[in-house]
Amino acid sequence: MPRPGFVLDVDKSTPPTLFWHGEGFRLEKLPADRSRVIYAPEPHDAIDDVDGAIRTSLLNPIDMDPLPSLLFPGMKLTIAFDDVSLPLPKMKRPDLRQRIIEQVLTMAADAGVDDVHIIAALALHRRMHEFELRHALGDRVYDAFEPRGLLYQHDAEDPDNLAFLGTTDQGEEIEINKRAAESDLLIYVNINLVAMDGGWKSTAIGLASYRSLRHHHNPTTMEASHSFMDQHASELHKSTWRMGKVMRDNGPTVFQIETTLNTDTFPQPFEFLSKREWEWKPKDRALYLGAAKSLAKTPPRLARKIFHGIEAPHQMTSIQCGEVEAVHKVTTQNVYDQQLVEVEGQTDILTMGIPYICPYNVHSIMNPILVMCTGLGYFFNLYRGKPLVREGGVVILTHPTTPEFHPVHHPSYIDFFEEVLADTRDPHVMSQKWEKQYAEDDWYRHLYRTTNAYHGVHPFYMWYWGCHAMKHVGKVIIVGGDAATVRKLGFTPASTMNDAFEIASDTVGRSPTITHIKTPPLMIADVK
Amino acid sequence: MKALQVSRSVPRLGMARIASAISPITATKLGPLAYTSVDAPELPGPGWHRVRTRLAGICGSDLSLVEGHASLYFEDWVSFPFVPGHEVVGELDDGTRVILEPVLGHEARGFAPPFDGAAPGDGDDYAHLSTGQLQPGIQTGFCCSTGGGWAPEFVAHETQLHRIRDDMPDERAVLVEPFAGGIHAALLAAPTVAARQDPSTPAIVAVLGAGSMGLAAIAGLRRYVPDVRIIVGARYPHQRQFAKEFGADVVVAPDELPRAVRRAAGCHMVGDHLSSGAHVTIDAVGTSATVADCLRITRPRGRVVLLGMPADVTLDLTGLWHRETELKGSYTYGTEHLPDGRTARTFDLAIETANELRAERLLSATYPLSDHVDAIAHAATAGRRGAVKIAFRI
Repeated sequence: MPRPGFVLDVDKSTPPTLFWHGEGFRLEKLPADRSRVIYAPEPHDAIDDVDGAIRTSLLNPIDMDPLPSLLFPGMKLTIAFDDVSLPLPKMKRPDLRQRIIEQVLTMAADAGVDDVHIIAALALHRRMHEFELRHALGDRVYDAFEPRGLLYQHDAEDPDNLAFLGTTDQGEEIEINKRAAESDLLIYVNINLVAMDGGWKSTAIGLASYRSLRHHHNPTTMEASHSFMDQHASELHKSTWRMGKVMRDNGPTVFQIETTLNTDTFPQPFEFLSKREWEWKPKDRALYLGAAKSLAKTPPRLARKIFHGIEAPHQMTSIQCGEVEAVHKVTTQNVYDQQLVEVEGQTDILTMGIPYICPYNVHSIMNPILVMCTGLGYFFNLYRGKPLVREGGVVILTHPTTPEFHPVHHPSYIDFFEEVLADTRDPHVMSQKWEKQYAEDDWYRHLYRTTNAYHGVHPFYMWYWGCHAMKHVGKVIIVGGDAATVRKLGFTPASTMNDAFEIASDTVGRSPTITHIKTPPLMIADVK
Repeated sequence: MKALQVSRSVPRLGMARIASAISPITATKLGPLAYTSVDAPELPGPGWHRVRTRLAGICGSDLSLVEGHASLYFEDWVSFPFVPGHEVVGELDDGTRVILEPVLGHEARGFAPPFDGAAPGDGDDYAHLSTGQLQPGIQTGFCCSTGGGWAPEFVAHETQLHRIRDDMPDERAVLVEPFAGGIHAALLAAPTVAARQDPSTPAIVAVLGAGSMGLAAIAGLRRYVPDVRIIVGARYPHQRQFAKEFGADVVVAPDELPRAVRRAAGCHMVGDHLSSGAHVTIDAVGTSATVADCLRITRPRGRVVLLGMPADVTLDLTGLWHRETELKGSYTYGTEHLPDGRTARTFDLAIETANELRAERLLSATYPLSDHVDAIAHAATAGRRGAVKIAFRI
């Protein structure tokens, strides 16, 4: 029976806590009697018969007819799927998307459907590399569709292949992939890693254009999303749900397929990363020491390769298909069931170790902007109810935060770091002054459309992701980061955790309460 | 009198060149420069004055010479032994303070000027620089007949002297000559700026290097070339600060300059070249690497102005040929035709600019001649040490 999430009150006998530090780890001893560590629930049991569950779900959707009855000869069928940003880390093959899409294609073939397109719903993310597409879809699907131009990646900058569906009552424009918009049936294949994902957030965003995305990917909307993991308290989700209504009224019929995963995140020899430190056996300690020492001597490039090669053993815990909102309601509950941890009250200082990966640097480099986004955008928002840290409190991150950028994946991030952050860190100011230039830069557009680069505007979205946190907290400190880079982000560098606490005392006093959120594995703090 | 003098010594030049890879101090000690007794130069004739040096700057071209890196091109344009020093503020016999315009022009050598009112640097025939009543020498500071600023006194022709007001401090005046060089380079950008394809948006002018000459070029661009967006690549924080104060719109580290120019131009990057780029790029450094960098970031049919004195450089000129880029040398100063239609002497513009910007802020340290080893080492490592201009105080 998997154990639920757990809040450990630190006392003198508590062993040091493992913090992620990019492609490495640190052990930190948190002050006794005023610190606590939140541990994620243990992984729920996975479904044994995954293919059977997929088939059952396709034949028994929620609020829609079974999939075979929606398929007919001569129809235009489009299958869209979540891109490389999910799941994290990538799952072992066969990926769920492959398993689902293979069954959908079998049903389509049985129904005589011969006009099928498969689209990576990447919005303004980077195009996936061939090996990533093969990993997600399997070689059979890739080899059958890609050479014939029937498997491709959504191009949000191709004006000839975008369709305008309408405007919400708040003036938000919905423009999505034309093939998807004009299809008789759009099947969306989702992996719901966190409660933020799925529902209209997948369908109305993954196939959308900048014209649509700017209506909710902006500082005002992000600041008012409390939090991204709670759809009902998130302006981002309210906006996408309004867009979903327009899609439903004016767009294709959508057959949504959503899956949830358990939090079995780390394979051997990294399974100690999921364990509670006081439960480490000698083998776990040895593995930790071996990993930590050898990583310290490993060149960063190689360390990155090792980590990005990790394939997580996480497995499917649920699958539901059918009407978008009805499906998503069930999915969200399943995510909460796996990830929620009840936490009593807020804290003065929230600490978090930033790992090597986030949705936007798969097989890539976590540059300083993504460090900020992961910490203040994602981890800060892993809550329901209230943020873990009180207003005016301090967030302490651990990460090397080197000024390193992947020139192919993140070209506009380099310019954002050099030019925009040199001018302002205020998301509202940069949104007014700089965003349009980057969104419309012809070179970034060219790179997004023809190489594997994130869209020119993407670093802005990453910065906006941290808007709520930036407004909420009094100070952000990064331990172990490159000092000049940390300062450029507008944060305070510290060499050690004790130095960080000392610096924080100017903001929160000398005996603050401290909470460490030990993630990954993923969790959501249900803060009372 | 005791002065610094450069003798023709091939072995010493060779040793200096090798030693400069180790340290500037070693290069200076082993090289052709010596602190020695020299005779004060004779006045060559009417119109000549004796000048007592107050301050004399150390220039990049002086460093090249001392470290053995100067090109053999100058072999026929200088006369040994000579006293270096061409950035000079001094005093005449009657106590009048003057700034030296060091080019030994037509009139200084006993020839008629190329046109009425010509400045010493004007004209398109350089024969006079190695003939006439003086030994060969492009400037004071490279001619054995005149002496130079790195000595208590030297001689200068009336056409080389600019009398300055009492309210102009020596520390400002010694920067006028490098400012004139930088302003001249800036004005060489003007024709390309004026002829650009799209006059509705500012021209992009990039400046690579922000030592004293680069900073002077920036100041010259801002003051005298209208409608330009100035983007500067400067290595050290104090240089970046001055560049901003002198009028640069964007200042970045040198390795960020291509991206900064790309952003301003809104162009693509093809390989390591920008598809378009700056209308004009001013190279205030002058190495193979910086000239190549400038060619890469200058748009087709644009102009690269070579302000920093180069020596032997190795360049792949295919890009220059393909892009029809102009490579234009910028040497000293003379008479300028400004974009606003005025004609002015560069030195007058430099005095005006130095006064307005309080150029003395760039003078970081002064040394007596006897401490020339330390002075030259400081000048050679100025950027790293937070300095801009080093001078001798006599």
